[in-house]
Amino acid sequence: MHELGIVFYIIRDVKEAAERNHAGHVSAVVMNIGEVSTIIPEYLTDCWRWAADKEELLKGCELRINIIPAVTHCDACSGEYETVKYGKKCPHCGSESTWLLRGNEVEIKEIEVT
Amino acid sequence: MDKVKIVEIKKSVFENNDKDAERLRGELKSKGVYLLNLMSSPGSGKTTTLIKTINLLKDKLRIAVMEADIDSDVDAIKIKEATGIQSIQLHTGGMCHLDAEMTRQGLDNLDLDGTDLVILENVGNLVCPAEFDTGAVRNAMILSVPEGDDKPLKYPLMFSVCDVVVVNKIDVLPYFDFNLGKCKEYVRMRNPHAEVIPICARTGEGVDAFASWLLDQVSIWKQ
Repeated sequence: MHELGIVFYIIRDVKEAAERNHAGHVSAVVMNIGEVSTIIPEYLTDCWRWAADKEELLKGCELRINIIPAVTHCDACSGEYETVKYGKKCPHCGSESTWLLRGNEVEIKEIEVT
Repeated sequence: MDKVKIVEIKKSVFENNDKDAERLRGELKSKGVYLLNLMSSPGSGKTTTLIKTINLLKDKLRIAVMEADIDSDVDAIKIKEATGIQSIQLHTGGMCHLDAEMTRQGLDNLDLDGTDLVILENVGNLVCPAEFDTGAVRNAMILSVPEGDDKPLKYPLMFSVCDVVVVNKIDVLPYFDFNLGKCKEYVRMRNPHAEVIPICARTGEGVDAFASWLLDQVSIWKQ
């Protein structure tokens, strides 16, 4: 359900971009999805197939997903580490003054149009 | 076959909504209307909490409520009957959350003249509503005791976007392994500035604290 909502937003943005570029058909949409964005790629692709095929412009259009690995930055030691493996606590110095550098993306990278 | 062209977009899916929400907040500021986005799981007691809160505030503020659900209008009717204030039902058309555009459509259907406070009761869900800025001034959420004190660990985004967490159903604390201290600690891990207000909507205990938080918020916004 969550992913379906996201798919509707993607479709709206892709239609806008296709129109701006006078495209007749969109054959692929490439997404950057962060590892900790809470999006489940398989669900997103399933919802995409169902919703995209209802649009003439997007019939058969493929959704390709690049996963962006999550990286956290530590303010205490200025180090960086893998978010999923270590969570909130910096493995270098033990501080919890950390923030997500990347990995939360839900971004349309590019589209392929004809 | 037609030649394939690649169009770079590089745009967050949330970008349009974030801009809409910012615009809406600006409009509300100029009208002096405070919009609160209230979120929670289904069954946490949002509607009961609202009724008790509104009845404490309705002599001081002019309040309106927008109830968002996938279907039915039971909540909007319940609010109207129990408080007498303006209350409308929004249907999300199957979507699990409200976005800024849907919120704006809801506001367009309210008489905002002289209204100080609009409370948006979002769809019962701890995931999607947290991702979509509705244009509200502040986000609040209700966590009820039976759901467990570890919810802030499981739904990090929801707790990080909320300015106030109302812990409801504290009358059943003796029957659950819910540790209020731990819950506060987990909430602060997600958002160090979040306020935690324990209440029991059924008996009314603690609801005055939430009501006075709201009253302060509205008066600051209208300055």
